[in-house]
Amino acid sequence: MTAYLLRRVAFGLVLLVVMSTITFFLVFSGTERVAANILGETASNADIAALTQKLGIDRPLLVQYGDWVGNAVQGDLGDAWTTTGSVTEILARRMPVTLSIVSTAILVMAVVSAILGIVAAVRGGWADGLIQVISIVGFAIPNFWLGLMLVVLFALNLQWLPATGYVSFTSSPSGWLAAVTLPVTALVLSGIASASQQVRGAVIDALNQDYVRTLKARGVNMRSILFRHALRNALPAALTVLSVQFVALLGGAAIIERVFAIPGLGELTVRSAVIGDVPVLMGVVVTMIIVVIVVNLLIDVMNAWANPKVRLQ
Amino acid sequence: MTDISSTQQVSTQALKRTSFLWSVLRNPLGLLATIILLVVLLTAIFAPAVAPFDPSHVEIFKVNVAPSSDYWLGGDGSGRDIFSRLVYGARNTLVGASIAVAVAALIGVTGGLAAGYYGRILDVASSWVADGLMALPAIIVLLAFFQALGSSIHLSMAVFGIMLSPGFFRLTRSLVRSVRNELYVDAARVSGLSDFRIMWRHILLVIRAPVVIQASIVAGIAIVIQAGLEFLGLGDASIPTWGGMLQDAFDNLYVAPISVYWPGLAIAITVGSLVLLANVIRDRMQQGDAPPKVSRLPKPEPKPSPISSVSDDTLLDIRDLVVGYPGKGEWKQVVKAVTMSVKRGEIFGLVGESGSGKTQTAFAVLGLLSKGGRILSGSITFDGIDLTALSASQMHALRGKRIAYVPQEPMSNLDPSFRIGWQLVEPMVSVLGISQAEAKERALALLARVGLPHPERVFQCYPHQISGGMAQRVLIAGAVSCKPDLLIADEPTTALDVTVQAEVLELMRDLQAEYGMSIILVTHNFGVVADMCDTVAVMRDGAVVETAEARKLFAAPGHEYTRMLLDSVLEDPDTRTYSPPKEASA
Repeated sequence: MTAYLLRRVAFGLVLLVVMSTITFFLVFSGTERVAANILGETASNADIAALTQKLGIDRPLLVQYGDWVGNAVQGDLGDAWTTTGSVTEILARRMPVTLSIVSTAILVMAVVSAILGIVAAVRGGWADGLIQVISIVGFAIPNFWLGLMLVVLFALNLQWLPATGYVSFTSSPSGWLAAVTLPVTALVLSGIASASQQVRGAVIDALNQDYVRTLKARGVNMRSILFRHALRNALPAALTVLSVQFVALLGGAAIIERVFAIPGLGELTVRSAVIGDVPVLMGVVVTMIIVVIVVNLLIDVMNAWANPKVRLQ
Repeated sequence: MTDISSTQQVSTQALKRTSFLWSVLRNPLGLLATIILLVVLLTAIFAPAVAPFDPSHVEIFKVNVAPSSDYWLGGDGSGRDIFSRLVYGARNTLVGASIAVAVAALIGVTGGLAAGYYGRILDVASSWVADGLMALPAIIVLLAFFQALGSSIHLSMAVFGIMLSPGFFRLTRSLVRSVRNELYVDAARVSGLSDFRIMWRHILLVIRAPVVIQASIVAGIAIVIQAGLEFLGLGDASIPTWGGMLQDAFDNLYVAPISVYWPGLAIAITVGSLVLLANVIRDRMQQGDAPPKVSRLPKPEPKPSPISSVSDDTLLDIRDLVVGYPGKGEWKQVVKAVTMSVKRGEIFGLVGESGSGKTQTAFAVLGLLSKGGRILSGSITFDGIDLTALSASQMHALRGKRIAYVPQEPMSNLDPSFRIGWQLVEPMVSVLGISQAEAKERALALLARVGLPHPERVFQCYPHQISGGMAQRVLIAGAVSCKPDLLIADEPTTALDVTVQAEVLELMRDLQAEYGMSIILVTHNFGVVADMCDTVAVMRDGAVVETAEARKLFAAPGHEYTRMLLDSVLEDPDTRTYSPPKEASA
């Protein structure tokens, strides 16, 4: 178990090093126009040269990379180029916003997919049909378009919920709920489309196992067979789906935050990408990789809890 | 990416190309999806002929106008015709999607072929790369690369293609692995064909359909992501795109909310058709596996079974039992008019080859036929109760308490996620209504009784931590834990080591004497029958051909088939150490 987790951490670190290196060389090799972009069209060549030197992007790439790595391992990701403040500060401010939306979304998705998938697996009928329809509709409707339509319907026409903005949970729980309801709804549909089908498959698989017949023969009631035995054994498959969906949600949040003007990591990424704020982009990529690694580790631990074979190795 | 797992399950049998295509088109949904995709394709190709205006034609008075006779879907935020821009947008969308699919398929399929066929290091390395690529949100990576890639959406889609290649890679690798060792590939190798030609000719034939399914799904994902990037403003603003149009509509959301619908609908309908087509192809390929609908089958006609007077010492009486499973247009009968009767306290052998219907007969008594299975006619009378007339909950009340079951394969019949102890305690608590503490005490006593040397330790173990022989003892302990009147043992020793077989049979005989229960012993092994049984019924092809006392049957078999079975066994001098064939029983 410990060896397994250590292996996963090692894989995560390799991923972090490889991806951040590739990203570094790609984003820092495209920085010739950055100083001009930042200063605007009226800037003189001397100003541009001065800023280029101040940002340090006139140095060889390898030197810049060495510097960046040296600082990054100490937790210093440099200063942002287009706003004031250090990258770590900006990320620390933005991260809770995105995490609160993405984690709410993954919870909603898990619960809805579990219910739909289980009912479809056990009952078939309407739930099965619903899952088939959702799987196509959820796949076909881009989350940002769904978001726009939700804004038109619930914010513009019905005026039930705010169209844009974000309120932190600590300052106003009800304000937070109102702010995240539409973004989360827009985010989860495609995830539910995929996850509910996988849950259905996993539960059907589990119910077809030999030991289910034996449990029935022993007089164990159907409720316990389904909720205690079958679900426990379907859990690893469902957890794998969740880890894949979590990555998809992080990506989806980038666009959804734009639609709802939410000041999170995704909105930061989009702005930094368009304007060319390279240190912030690097910071975002590193943060995302770390978040993904941590979430996958959490899922590995849950998987080990559900699956004694993994735990006792 | 959602459907990777299901496309992998697609049966790999080769299908005739033309008839397959036709059957997809004959499906109304498949036809609809194909027509829509053709319309989108033709619109993209002949955009200048279809669009009434040039996509960049601006009329200053038509900024955000409502749909009218010349601007069919209204004007956008710059006064351009939305319909014309939609038409030209199809072009850009399809080019982008094609680039992503081509790159993803080329890298993924090539890598998958190589990894699946050559295996080893290449396999491990490429799996790592695939895992790594799937660990990051694609859109974040594309955003980060935006400054380096420039505003060409085509380049971004090529990079996205690389990120989508793991889907093709995994699909191809697993399919190649499954056909790699099939005989015809070996035959090709023996006949001197080069590795390259083997892969090309044989494997690509098999993976064609799953790859088509994967391609349409990847195309759908690519269209959505591409529109997303354009919506975020990462694209060439001078080219009309569906995503760019959504951005424009978003900017004018408060003025002309209706403009939000058109580009989104175009995306949704195109992507929906791609997914629908993929689903239809997949369903078509899986059709061979799906059981026919029960509702279309003729209703079984219940044959009135003569209620014979059953003597008091008869525990189980089966009359004219017919068990069927849904087949093509009719019920496929696996048990045909079986009649037999088991006395109290006897061990009754049910013998026959695989597929003779003996296990199905046993499951019918337990009321646990596999999905779709049904008792079509006949009666099963257990201690004066007609089991075929019982409701599901009445049957449930009998199971475990009065009729118990010992399966064939011990390991797969214990839930791998729960400790042995719990798997003994839970049924006792629910069947006998005793406390957990009392159930635990009884469970430990039972584990000792069935001959397990360290009951406390086994109690704490998970199934994968004990041997098959121990697991079978655990299952026997569980079966007798509620002191049943009838124990149905389905080939209880077939999956065990030869040395353990005799011990397990010994245990069952001892327990039978101790509890005074009846046992139906389903087996194909006459050695076991000779050792254990009082009465024997020989089954063949779903029917009982002969029932006799065990001693009489061995001395003077009455039926030709019994004689044949006995002869084939007696040629083997040592019946006790008969090694069973590794096949599943019926």
